[in-house]
Formats: sequence, structure tokens, C-alpha cells
Amino acid sequence: MARIELDLAHAYKANPQRDEDYALLPLKMSFADGGAYALLGPSGCGKTTMLNIISGLVTPSQGSVKFDGQDVTRLSPQQRNIAQVFQFPVIYDTMTVAENLAFPLKNRGVAPDRIKLRVGQVAEMLELSAQLDQRAAGLAADAKQKISLGRGLVREDVSAVLFDEPLTVIDPHLKWQLRRKLKQIHHELKLTLVYVTHDQVEALTFAEQVVVMTRGRAVQMGSASDLFERPQHTFVGHFIGSPGMNFLPVRGVADGIEVAGHRLAKPRGGRPAAEADMLGVRPEYVTLAAAHDLGAVPATVMQAQDIGTYWLLVTQVAGSESIVRARLSPEQAIPKTGDAVWLAIVGEHTCFYRNEELME
Amino acid sequence: MKPVNQKAWLLILPVVLCVAFSAILPLMTVVNYSVQDIISPERRVFVGTEWFKSVMRDDDLQGALGRQIVFSLAVLLVEIPLGIALALAMPAKGWRSSAVLVLISISLLIPWNVVGTIWQIFGRSDIGLLGASLKALGIEYSYTGNATHAWLTVLLMDVWHWTPLVALLCFAGLRAIPDAYYQAASIDGASKFAVFRYIQLPKLRGVLMIAVLLRFMDSFMIYTEPFVLTGGGPGNATTFLSQYLTQKAVGQFDLGPAAAFSLIYFLIILLLCFILYNWMQRVGTADKTGAGHG
Repeated sequence: MARIELDLAHAYKANPQRDEDYALLPLKMSFADGGAYALLGPSGCGKTTMLNIISGLVTPSQGSVKFDGQDVTRLSPQQRNIAQVFQFPVIYDTMTVAENLAFPLKNRGVAPDRIKLRVGQVAEMLELSAQLDQRAAGLAADAKQKISLGRGLVREDVSAVLFDEPLTVIDPHLKWQLRRKLKQIHHELKLTLVYVTHDQVEALTFAEQVVVMTRGRAVQMGSASDLFERPQHTFVGHFIGSPGMNFLPVRGVADGIEVAGHRLAKPRGGRPAAEADMLGVRPEYVTLAAAHDLGAVPATVMQAQDIGTYWLLVTQVAGSESIVRARLSPEQAIPKTGDAVWLAIVGEHTCFYRNEELME
Repeated sequence: MKPVNQKAWLLILPVVLCVAFSAILPLMTVVNYSVQDIISPERRVFVGTEWFKSVMRDDDLQGALGRQIVFSLAVLLVEIPLGIALALAMPAKGWRSSAVLVLISISLLIPWNVVGTIWQIFGRSDIGLLGASLKALGIEYSYTGNATHAWLTVLLMDVWHWTPLVALLCFAGLRAIPDAYYQAASIDGASKFAVFRYIQLPKLRGVLMIAVLLRFMDSFMIYTEPFVLTGGGPGNATTFLSQYLTQKAVGQFDLGPAAAFSLIYFLIILLLCFILYNWMQRVGTADKTGAGHG
């Protein structure tokens, strides 16, 4: 087990000039020993590159990777002693489940009794004991993925277990089971886990800390509630949440702020608000208000949708192009399409941004 | 009850007609010859299984069959491992890969009889590169005089001609293995040999099956190359089954025995292919306990 520190940048091309040439822009980050982390972002944001740099399958073009303070930048995956689970299950077709699990230990010359013991323990933990003598090739995708994971777990001294979208090929109802299994294993073994995914639900339920990435940058590392309440970057606001955060242009004026052409009183702790160029508020925190209420703007309802447990209201702020989405509980009276409403958008949960970055 | 729609028969009719004229009718003609003694175009006698019995007792045929089996086995034993080794050694991408692919395919594009001619000249001790070089080294080499030399030359010629096919098939098979397998193996600490034994070889099973069947059938029916190179000699050291058959049918006009033997030949190939196919389907896939069907 190890504490992982990254201070690096990576480009697949030689001589990168512009930001677009980099798969990973210069970043500094550390993963605590025994933590569960998720790298979350859309396709092509650099999350798999970062994972492969941690595992040693890719050597960063600049900078270093340290495990417990030791520079491992040039070491192979085997020397770093990490385990990795890939998007598609990798199993050795000709071997049984037991032989698959024993393979990494056999390659490292571990004594046969010890191998047998470890394989038994890991199979028990992963609920594979009944299938130990079966050929691995004949099993279902979720069992194969468990075997891939098991090959990492049989090594007791493994530094970290890395997951590259491991649930992609798993049926939805089994995803929950497997994810719970992962949490349980993390709880029991206290391993450092790094999990790559583009699915925010997966990331937020699995990890203690989520790293949100976009276009080669890690824009925020934080807990689920940090990402939800205080998105450090507008991208995080957009990406996390369903639907994402509402963003409205804002500018400071003499006695308050102006949002989409409407003057509002300056909120508490007014400095960030006065210098911000963008206001962000989660649909969960937008509420219906009385006309001319503090922090409220007039809007027209364009669409009201019943999403089951809540109503989603899509509105356009009067006199502007800005769209505000609100999640309303079904207990209250829901306005209809075309209705004029007042929406409270400035409150304690409202965030202010300048050049896409959160202002504190 | 809903009436059965019989229109589908119309749709397969063209195929049935094509196959009938191209394969079934000629085959039936052979069956027809095999049970008759044709003395002249007007006189023919039904002889039942007489020709089958006589060809089975034919010593020359048994000799040719024996040589044929040894030859095909030798071809498989040399070309399959060599083809795999070549495919593993070939560069995986970039212009080098394309260049090697083109170079390696050249021998596949040469007509059979030209291959025979090339080797006939190549092996001559007066002007051939191979023959003259061996002579310069003090080795008495003659594919026309020495049965072993003739045999080895025919084998070498086939290896030169067809190993690239095996290599191409294996190369395609190797490229189809996802990178994650190699990455996982590297993380599991697998040696190069373990990667070959547990990843590459099992993943090549499909293409190897095609390669083995193709090379077996082709080598079992080899005709042109030894015919051009050695004419089946010296003696009948390199007379393989198809050449023996041609001698009987076209050389001696023994149509009855030739037809009977053709059918046996066909059945042998079918049977051996069936055995090979089933064996390759099964190898490496059986559960270790034999009971693990869950």
C-alpha cells in the first residue's frame, strides 16, 4: 500500500506547443494511502492516461510519479506492484479460475502452499469458491471481472488497485452488487483504490474523493458534497448533477448585482458577487418565490416535466436568453407551461465564478 | 393450421443448380466410372466393388499414400511453428510492418508451376544458386539422383512457398489481441514465454485451425510443384497421391481404378480434416475436473 504523488504532464506527441497537444496538462496531485478515489470526466479528458501513468503502462513525458516518496517514474507496472482491472475482462482462456488467480503469484515464485491459501482466501472474498475448478473462459462477464480483480488482490503487498471503467460490460443489476463488493473489499483491506469512470453516479457512490477532469486538466478534487455544493470550476457544475448547475451571466452594479438584466440586492459577503462574471445555482436550490422577493428573478415556464420523484421546470428568465432549470417537489403546486413565475436564485447555495473559476 | 410456405425452395434453386453442375454431377460421373469396366466407348461392364478392392491391394498406391502422409505431416510440423515464429517476429505497425507484409507475400503470388521451375533451376549444381553453393561446400547434392535430396528439396520448396500464408494468418490473429491482455500480463508479472503460452497461442487457436486445415488439404493434394521439379523421381521417391492418380487416369487410361481411387482419396481427406478439426476444437478447452458445467 502506498501514498501516490503525481507532479507531471503528458503529451503523446513529441514537442507539445499548445494546450491541445497535451493529453494531461501539468498537474500536481496526491492520493492518500488507503483512500478510494475516482477519476471522473467525459471521454478523452485524460483520465485513462492518468491511470496508465500511475500503473506504469505509460511513462509521463514530463515530471514524476512517487509511491511513498520514492520515485517510480521509470519503473514497470510489475516493479511498482500495482494491480489493474480493465474495461473488458482480461482472463487467461486456457486456465481454470483457480489457475487464473494463482498466475501472478506463480510468476513471482511464491511457494505452492502459500498460493493455495491466498487463492482460497481471495476466492472466498469474491464469492468465486464454487467456480474455482471451472474454466474461466466459460463464465459470465461479471465473474470474469471478479477474476481480473482477484488477480490483483492475491498479492498481499499490492501498492494500489486501479480500475479503468470496470463495469462497462456488466449488466445494470449486477453493477450494484459488484460496486458494493468493491466498497466492502476497500473497507476490509484498506487498499488505495483509483477508479476511472465517466458515470458520476458510479464515481460518487464508490469514491471518498472524486477528481473531475476535462480536456487534460484535473479541475477539482473533492468529496461528493464538495463537488455538489462548491464546484471549483463551471465544468464541474455542468458535469455533476442531473441536470447540471444553472449558470447565469452576472455583473456588479453600484448597489447590488445585475443578473440577466435584473437588479438584485448584493448577497451576504458581497465581494465575490461584485467581481464575478457568472452565477451558478443548482436546480435543487432554485425555488418558487413571491414577486419581487429578495434574490428572485421573473421567468416564463417553457416546460414542466414529471420525472417521477420530482418535477423538472425549464424556464427562461424574462428579457434574456438565459435558461434556469428547477427541481420542484411534487407536493407543491406546479406551474404550467407559459406561466409567469418568480424564481429565487441567489441564496447561501449560490456560487460565483470569474473566468470559469469559483470565487471564494 | 397455417400452411407451410414452400416458396423458399425457389430461392435456393440457383445454388442447387450451380452446385449440381459444378460438383455433384462430376462426382457422380466418377462414381459411375468406379463401378464399371470401360473397355471401349460402346462396351462397358458393371464390376461392382472390384476396382475398390484392387486399388486397395495396389502396392504402388500404398507406397504413394505412405509418402503422402509423411509429407503432409512434415509440412505441418515445419510450416506451422515457423509461421507462428515469423508472425511473432514481424514488426507490428508502421511502414516496416507493411514492407514485411509485402515481401513475405511474394511467394504466394507465384504460379505453382513457376515455383517448380524456380526450384528446379535453384537446385541445379551447375547454374543454380543452391546447387552450386552446396557443391562449393563439398556436398554432393542432386535432387534428380538422390531420393533423400529430392524429398528434402520438395519439402523445402513447399515450406518456402506456403509458410508465408501461415505467417500472414497468425499475424492477423496476433493483431486482433486487445492491448489490455498484454498490459494485464505485464502487471501479473508474466514472462515472455508465459505471454505466448497463455495469451497468444490460445488467441491464435481460430486462425491456426484454418492454417492447419488449409496446409493439410493443400499439401495432401500437392501435384504441380514436384511434377515440375522431379517428375515424381528419382524412381518414385516423390510420387505423391495426386501424381499417381494422374498417371493411372491420364497416362494409362485406367478410368475405373482411377475413379475408385479418387473416391477413396476424397474420403481420406474428408476424414482427416474432420479428425483434425475436432481435435483442434477441443484442445485446451476442456474443464480440468470434467464436471464443471455450471
